[in-house]
Amino acid sequence: MGDYIFYFLAFLSIISALMVVFSKNPMYSVLYLVLCFFSIAGHYILLSAEFLAFVHIIVYAGAIMVLFLFVLMLLNLNSKTESFKTPLWKFAAICSGSALMLVILASFKETQNFITPGSPPATTIGTVKNLGTILFNEYILPFEISSVLFISAMVGAVILAKKELD
Amino acid sequence: MNMYTIFHQISGNALLLVLIPLLPLIGFFINGIFGKSLSKTLSGAIGTLTVAISFIIALTLFWGLDASFSPFVVNLFEWFSVGTFKVSMGFQYDQLSALMLLIITGVGTLIHLYSSGYMHNDDGFQRFFAYLNLFIFFMLVLVLGSNFLVSFIGWEGVGLCSYLLIGFWFKNPAYNDAAKKAFVMNRIGDLGFLIAVFMIFFQFNSINYIDVMESAKGMASNSPILIAITLLLFVGATGKSAQLPLYTWLPDAMAGPTPVSALIHAATMVTAGIFLVVRSNVLFSLAPYTSEIVAIVGLITALFAASIGLRQNDIKKVLAYSTVSQLGYMFVALGVGAYSTAMFHVTTHAFFKALLFLGSGSVIHAMSGEQDIRFMGGLKKKLPITHITFLIGTLAIAGLPPFAGFFSKDEILAKVFMHNPIMFWALAFTSALTAFYMFRLYFLTFHGNFRGTEKQAHHLHESPLSMTLPLMVLAVASTLGGFLGMPAIMSNYNGFESYLSPIVSPSHGEHPSHMFEYTMMGVSVILLFIIIGYTRNRFATKQVIPVDVSEESGFAKTLANKYWVDEIYDTIIVKPMLFISQKLHQFFELQVIDGAVNGIGRLTNYGSQALRLIQTGNTGMYLIFMVVSIVLILLFNIIS
Amino acid sequence: MEELEQIVRILPIENYLVLSTILFSIGVLGVLMRRNAIIIFMSIELMLNSVNLLLVAFSTYMQNATAQVFVFFIMVVAAAEVAVGLAILVMIFRNTRSTDIESLKKLKW
Repeated sequence: MGDYIFYFLAFLSIISALMVVFSKNPMYSVLYLVLCFFSIAGHYILLSAEFLAFVHIIVYAGAIMVLFLFVLMLLNLNSKTESFKTPLWKFAAICSGSALMLVILASFKETQNFITPGSPPATTIGTVKNLGTILFNEYILPFEISSVLFISAMVGAVILAKKELD
Repeated sequence: MNMYTIFHQISGNALLLVLIPLLPLIGFFINGIFGKSLSKTLSGAIGTLTVAISFIIALTLFWGLDASFSPFVVNLFEWFSVGTFKVSMGFQYDQLSALMLLIITGVGTLIHLYSSGYMHNDDGFQRFFAYLNLFIFFMLVLVLGSNFLVSFIGWEGVGLCSYLLIGFWFKNPAYNDAAKKAFVMNRIGDLGFLIAVFMIFFQFNSINYIDVMESAKGMASNSPILIAITLLLFVGATGKSAQLPLYTWLPDAMAGPTPVSALIHAATMVTAGIFLVVRSNVLFSLAPYTSEIVAIVGLITALFAASIGLRQNDIKKVLAYSTVSQLGYMFVALGVGAYSTAMFHVTTHAFFKALLFLGSGSVIHAMSGEQDIRFMGGLKKKLPITHITFLIGTLAIAGLPPFAGFFSKDEILAKVFMHNPIMFWALAFTSALTAFYMFRLYFLTFHGNFRGTEKQAHHLHESPLSMTLPLMVLAVASTLGGFLGMPAIMSNYNGFESYLSPIVSPSHGEHPSHMFEYTMMGVSVILLFIIIGYTRNRFATKQVIPVDVSEESGFAKTLANKYWVDEIYDTIIVKPMLFISQKLHQFFELQVIDGAVNGIGRLTNYGSQALRLIQTGNTGMYLIFMVVSIVLILLFNIIS
Repeated sequence: MEELEQIVRILPIENYLVLSTILFSIGVLGVLMRRNAIIIFMSIELMLNSVNLLLVAFSTYMQNATAQVFVFFIMVVAAAEVAVGLAILVMIFRNTRSTDIESLKKLKW
């Protein structure tokens, strides 16, 4: 049963990712990306990282994608305003993209499987409690610093997007 | 290692020995650094006193030195070591260096004293004394060095000082040319010396004099390496001691102030070559081929220079050629194995040649810088002391008994006769030539009527005491110096030879018969009187004035033009060299080197012009490049 | 849930490796192919997510929660990056009336 779900989710995420790239209308791209993120969240649940799955949906699908949509609408971009590269460019892009994929996959061939299968995994590692313990003990300093990063990003974004006062 | 430990380790005589070269060096630093703020009197006093104290120390050390004294070596510090090759900064004190110390500091003191009078009106007075002191220092290092390299320091140093002093009046380009000529000529010889030192190390694994001489004693005679070493050493000696074919710098070196000519180009530096050969006499004794070449070169130089001297009209040029000729004498003596005789002649020559040069300086001083003897004459009344002392010097160099030159020259002639009679006759002829040109010089300068300008005649005066005192001292030395080494027939004790016996192997060959020696002396004295009479008649009574170079004819013209040696060197060496340099400059420098340098620049320029087109500004292009590069890197990792 | 948790028993990790690689390559493809800066941005988000996915997969397979903490931080950075990046895009649009990267060619020789 689990493997079918995996294959379904994998298919969904790949198709939606491809649609993100190939849709002519940027609006569709955003929506397909949201779909892709949802399927990835499904993968997270499959991997028993439930908390992360919810955070993922909230941050990406909820916040980031809304931001994208908002900007798109603000700039009034649609398929009429969209310009495309020449077929030669597209061909070169597909060639180099698939070459990259093949090379990365080929390099996995060389790696040794260091995962020991068989042992029943504990289900507790993805829980809020467990992650919270690690995050607020071992990674408290990076956590705090990331808040500074957020602040600066926010300030920067505001300053950049603001109309000049003159 | 600091100075304290150096002085702590060496004490007594060794300390005194180190002080001898150190004092002139201190004098050099004082005069060189504070020269401008010192008064001339003080500067001269410092320069003279440092050398004088060195002389007194040398005399103290010399006291009680005899043949039984064994040499001692003072090692100041290790200079450098490369593998097994260790060179220490060391001084060696033995009979030979003791003798040279006395000559250098003794004559040096007198010439310093003389200079303080001679140079008194010169702006560069302090600079002059700094150079003189530095020269004395290097010369002392040269003779004191305990190995070839330390001597080489001195060897190079005196070359440098010679350059500085010849070009002392550097505002005159001709003087600078003379200085450069001396330097370059010396460099040729120095190269020979240096290669010889390398070969000595290669052969003996040491360059200490004592070690080298010890191990050389066991070597077979005439081995090729020994011949090579001695020949190269001799090349070094020909440069420093102005022998054929490297002698032309010495006459030109007369551009320097006269005390310099006296000190460097007559009494001390030019004898460095002789000193070097005597120092390594063990090697030369084992290489008879080289010795033969030394004798022949010396002989030709003696004859050659003496014949040129016959037709020179510049008072200092005559003395310069006479110096070259006398150095040739010494080399003949070295060549026939009479090392102690050569040193004897070095000593007497230092006395009378310094005397003659200083005398000529006094004359030039009185004549307000005039050096041409055709415009002198009749100076004997105006310059009585100079006249008398100059006459003594002339008699000494001409070889009239009992003056110094007679004994040393006579001994050389006797030794040469036992070696090869043909050489003897040639050398005897040279001796006659010497007497001729010296008396020509003497009579033209001091006898007859005055031929200079009215102004000069009015200005004529005897030199101050600081100049005449050295003349008198040297005149006494020139008179009595010969008795240091009496020939065998007059005394069965030859002080000089037995004094140097630990250093030099006693001259081989038996003495000529007493009959021959008496005959030789008698004939030479008679000949001398004939020459004196002839020159007196010609130049003092008839007052025949030598004509100018351009008016000479026949062989005399060749002599007056010094056999055109300078012109020949110019044609066969200097001009082709300049020509080749010019061609190389045009082709190699301008095209190959400049071409390569400019080509690199141009290549970079063109390459950049082409490469900048990649920078399209197109972000998509950059991204493609980036991805392709990542692919290639990963691919490379997978494949390898 | 019980059955879903068996996923680590059923499937080897290679599946996730391949999936992440494919998603990542699609992201690269998007960056290379599109001219709209916003789409390029989204492709970058896609690449980040593929990496996140791989991290979570490894975390589960190796029973190590640290990787999931890393995912948090990546999300943080991604969010910040998007905020600033979109602000820049708005600026560009304001100046050039377009989000086409081909029109940003001034930075060259």
